Amino acid sequence: MTDPQSRQPVERVSIIVSRGSLEGVYPGLIMANGARMEGIEASLFFTFFGLDAITNKRLDHLKVATVGNPAMHIPTVLGAIPGMSAFATHMMKKEIEKLNIPPVREFLQTIHDAGGEIYGCKASVDMFHLKKEDFTPLVDDIITVGEFYEKSAGAQIIFT
Amino acid sequence: MASLEILGKTLLLDKEGHLANAGEWTEEIARELAARNGVGELTDRHWVVIKFMRKVHEQEGEPPSIRRITQESGVDTKALYQLFPNGPGRKAAKIAGLPRPKNCI
Repeated sequence: MTDPQSRQPVERVSIIVSRGSLEGVYPGLIMANGARMEGIEASLFFTFFGLDAITNKRLDHLKVATVGNPAMHIPTVLGAIPGMSAFATHMMKKEIEKLNIPPVREFLQTIHDAGGEIYGCKASVDMFHLKKEDFTPLVDDIITVGEFYEKSAGAQIIFT
Repeated sequence: MASLEILGKTLLLDKEGHLANAGEWTEEIARELAARNGVGELTDRHWVVIKFMRKVHEQEGEPPSIRRITQESGVDTKALYQLFPNGPGRKAAKIAGLPRPKNCI
């Protein structure tokens, strides 16, 4: 064990959000915002289904995945019943609100206002046939993986 | 316990380096803490935040979250990060003589 006094503090984080479910997106947002709260530089990089979290017409409607998630404690066949995901989403949004955690759109705005940077992954944008106009204006840029690494210089990279 | 020499007084600090006793805090101490913590001269906007945090702490026993400060004090996120650079919630709490906020948001 190193002496806690001698450990190098985290100064920059680059957080990759690769999933588009509500429970897949929030951890990355909370970590990015939490980093800014502590004076740590933060950037968010949305890739694959994570792009839903910055796509204008989708980001207010992210859903909890009720199938294939053992920690939901719902049998998969029940999770597949129509309306189950909407119900679970409703419940989780209520809990999130109780903790005074903002909805996704407001959270992105907060992170942006706090100086956090928000990027979309070019390969995913091309794959889903999306255009810059499809995203919230809070997105700083659509960048390649090479640019992502360049922007992550000196940062801890966190994949979610 | 660590302590802080400030304006001729010796004040106890908690393990986070914040004042251990919020009751010992004065506006002069806040000005001195601001200068020592890279915030510089306190403006009216700083005082809006500090007084809001003191009020919430007095009423509820805990300092408010950053989100609550930006929702209720009249100072928005952008301004708060400019007023208290490098960790606004914690820094503002420190200057306000309050414990480190225990919020993730």
